Amino acid sequence: MSYFKPINKHPNLEKNKLGLTRRDYEGGVSTLCAGCGHDSISACIIEACFRLNIEAYKVAKLSGIGCSSKAPAYFLNASHGFNSVHGRMPSIATGANCANEDLLYLGVSGDGDSASIGIGQFIHAIRRQVNMVYFVENNGTYGLTKGQFSATNDLESKNKYGEDNLFPPIDLTSMAIQMGASYVARSFSGDRDQLVPLIMGAIQHKGFALLDIISPCVTFNNHDSSTKSYDYIRNHNEAMGKTDFVPLGEEIKTNYDDGSSVEVKLHDGSRLSLEKTDHNFDPTDAGKSLELIREKNKEGKIITGLLYVDNKCKPLTEIMDLPDKPLNTLEQDELCPGSEILEEINKGLS
Amino acid sequence: MENPVKVDPINSLNDFVIKFANVNGTGSASANQMFAKSIFRMGIPISPKNIFPSNIQGLPTWFEVRVNNKGYLGSRGGVDIAVAMNPQTYSQDVEEILEGGYLLYDSTWKRNFNRDDITIIEIPLTQLCVDSFTNAKQRALFKNIAYVGALSPLLEIEYEVLEKLISEQFVNKPALIEPNIKALNIGRDYVLKNLPYPLGINVKREDKLKDKILVSGNDACGLGAVYGGATFCSWYPITPSTSVAEGFEKYASKYRVDPQTGKNNYISVQAEDELAAVGMAIGANWNGARGFTATSGPGISLMSEFLGLAYFAEVPLVIFNIQRGGPSTGMPTRTQQSDILTCAYASHGDTKHVLLFPEDPQECFEFSAEAFNLAERLQTPVFVISDLDIGMNDWVTDKFDWDDEQKYDRGKVLKAEDLDKMDNFGRYLDVDDDGICYRTYPGTHPEKGAFFTRGTSHDEYARYTENGDINEQTLTRLVKKFRTASELVPDPIINLSEKQGSSGVIFYGSTSAAMYEAKDILNENNIEVDLMRIRSFPFNLDVWEFIENHDLIYVIEQNRDSQMRTLIMAEGGISAEKLRSLVWFNGDPIQAKFIAKKIYERESQQALIS
Ligand SMILES: Cc1ncc(C[n+]2csc(CCOP(=O)(O)OP(=O)(O)O)c2C)c(N)n1
Ligand code: SF4
Ligand SMILES: [Mg+2]
Repeated sequence: MSYFKPINKHPNLEKNKLGLTRRDYEGGVSTLCAGCGHDSISACIIEACFRLNIEAYKVAKLSGIGCSSKAPAYFLNASHGFNSVHGRMPSIATGANCANEDLLYLGVSGDGDSASIGIGQFIHAIRRQVNMVYFVENNGTYGLTKGQFSATNDLESKNKYGEDNLFPPIDLTSMAIQMGASYVARSFSGDRDQLVPLIMGAIQHKGFALLDIISPCVTFNNHDSSTKSYDYIRNHNEAMGKTDFVPLGEEIKTNYDDGSSVEVKLHDGSRLSLEKTDHNFDPTDAGKSLELIREKNKEGKIITGLLYVDNKCKPLTEIMDLPDKPLNTLEQDELCPGSEILEEINKGLS
Repeated sequence: MENPVKVDPINSLNDFVIKFANVNGTGSASANQMFAKSIFRMGIPISPKNIFPSNIQGLPTWFEVRVNNKGYLGSRGGVDIAVAMNPQTYSQDVEEILEGGYLLYDSTWKRNFNRDDITIIEIPLTQLCVDSFTNAKQRALFKNIAYVGALSPLLEIEYEVLEKLISEQFVNKPALIEPNIKALNIGRDYVLKNLPYPLGINVKREDKLKDKILVSGNDACGLGAVYGGATFCSWYPITPSTSVAEGFEKYASKYRVDPQTGKNNYISVQAEDELAAVGMAIGANWNGARGFTATSGPGISLMSEFLGLAYFAEVPLVIFNIQRGGPSTGMPTRTQQSDILTCAYASHGDTKHVLLFPEDPQECFEFSAEAFNLAERLQTPVFVISDLDIGMNDWVTDKFDWDDEQKYDRGKVLKAEDLDKMDNFGRYLDVDDDGICYRTYPGTHPEKGAFFTRGTSHDEYARYTENGDINEQTLTRLVKKFRTASELVPDPIINLSEKQGSSGVIFYGSTSAAMYEAKDILNENNIEVDLMRIRSFPFNLDVWEFIENHDLIYVIEQNRDSQMRTLIMAEGGISAEKLRSLVWFNGDPIQAKFIAKKIYERESQQALIS
């Protein structure tokens, strides 16, 4: 049953199947710097939820600490949010997910949050296949603490003050594939056409979906010697070909030459149609995905698009054999064994 | 029996200490437990204690059982009978035996122990088992059962009780019953044929334990969590708390499976560390499931940041802290009460937490279940603070009790219908003026009740604010909530003596057993004391009244720095002179003798001066 009551606030705006406009998916006014990549990502999340007819109150928005982790306040006002502590959002998501798997979990994190302080939790949430969409809004820097290097910053990429970065970057996408993430994509906050369908696919995917989104920090990491600046990304982005999200029951509209597109079926029956630029590439083959990422890294290119998908994986709640009825709805009569059984237990202990 | 004894052998019925010295990893634990249980089954109070190293195989381990018909369950000190199975520790084990005591050892390899004041009982246990079993593993393992068999005639333990325990233990592996009985007989027959029996120390059925059970505190905590409606457990292995999670899993896997679908109505996640363990439990509670984590000191240190979040964002949470010897990694397999302050004020900033101090497994069960009510009512972390002594040892305790009429208190949670009737929901609005606000679970209502949980400063509508006045109001409201908590947590147990003007004694947790015995010793020596057992923090009016009414109070604790005393002084502005600290922190359970002696010395001195 849906509680939804359509309200006709903006008659001119396009409505989705729930009768909602994009505005209904908005959040509070952003306090991030004008031009921050993170705001563009929020806009894409709003767009994806609008197009998927998501009921916002059935969404839980979770985050750690950082500029990126503030973002959940700027989309989906009707959802509950949890801005937790630095790097620890994955554990909150794991517990929340086990308590009620019926909600959609959107976790928003930064590269400092996920690749440094929280890398352990990040890896283990992947390994446990927590059913969630995990956004890393990756700017190669610690925005909120004013521009220190992060662990995803490229070796040759200097900071704003011209200092050299001495340590190589962690590639979150290849790490996630190796850890067992079942939906791994990289994108760019400035490529809305690519990012929105990738988010839609991630939402419909059941299992751990990582979206590693290059999201330039205009204040601390957008200079000429940075490899996470808008200019650098635009010049080095190698998009994998057009990504289309095809809702359940709809026909694929775009037609590519034979064999040049691949279709990925998602859990609810919807599909992602991916234009192929490389005929050998198969996004369900982890080995090939890792090879592609490595090769492109070597060439100095940033490969973006859906890198890997495994749509047969079992999410955590299935692995743990949880009941269909969420744990948070169980009542005392289902939870408490009662005094008669306690008497039996007493007997066993005497 | 050798060595003609120059001192009279100890004569005692149903009152002695027996200590088994073994090598860890050799399978002695279950034999020793069977010994303890047999005496329990004969209706005689016992208190078994595991004294074990932080090691898996090869190091010394001991199992001490105090048998006491008066029901004193604290550690006594001194050994009447040693069963020495570990040549590595012979000298230490033999030295501990009291004058007139007894030593039973494996005389396959004969020894001279240089003590002419004890009775030495020689049984060639290894040889007997080599003669009777062919399999090397069995030969080693059954030595343990054989000495239990030998103790049966020596101490007059009813043989049928032992037999029954074996058949119960191997109900599901009947093939093992026969060899175990055989091993039992090997020891027994050897004594019957070769040695004088019984010893001067022996047992006789008392049937004193009709409404008692024998169980460990951690098992009781796990069961309490099942009864308290916990559906989510996240934990990271650490001695001595691991068996809380294991206890929960054991009982939940039996009593928490959906009868129709066969699916688990609970989940237990072994986390990657304690930070994740507590984070997961917070996530589950935030989402309306009763969740807990179990840990010990090092884990509490790691959890601290998250504990502050749960406090400030007001998310319910239950944490079991089974204390061990600190600081740092400390003595992982020894007991202490040294995390009182770290739990009371865990995390940076102004934080205060609700603490419960069970004294035994029965109270572990009760407080464990109640902790979930308190956590949800108060929307805050609640610690159940036990220790290794309560947690990992079996205790004779009152039967567990459950009132089916009593309903879970799920606290102030708004449902969709409630929200429909409201037009001003504010997550942190103190509507009822008790410091506790109304919360909603995610996914409750399409338009109302959503809010943003955050550890940053927030206003009554959960919006971020850097307004200092508003933050001050929030922090002040949390103090009000803590006052409300003091009215809900378990009262102290106060036991006043007949004599006016007696000194007071404050104690808590596992110190109880020794304290009750110490009180009797003091009374026998004409010293009266008023007792107050603290069962929770924040302290309520009863606690303050007791302190107010006494000029001198001994505060007995198992830590170096008198942490409870500090907490009382800090929270109540009580003067230091009024509270005399009596501390014991060597990692062994505190003893009645120690408490009685210290109090006696000071009290009688006082009497002399006045
Ligand atoms: C335990 C802890 N240590 C340090 C900080 C300070 N801190 C806040 S945000 C941040 C880095 C955030 O970087 P990132 O996750 O990349 O987010 P961005 O601001 O770049 O979006 C740090 C170190 C903190 N909040 N908590
Ligand atoms: S500092 Fe950087 S990351 Fe933070 S809001 Fe500004 S642009 Fe965005
Ligand atoms: Mg960053």
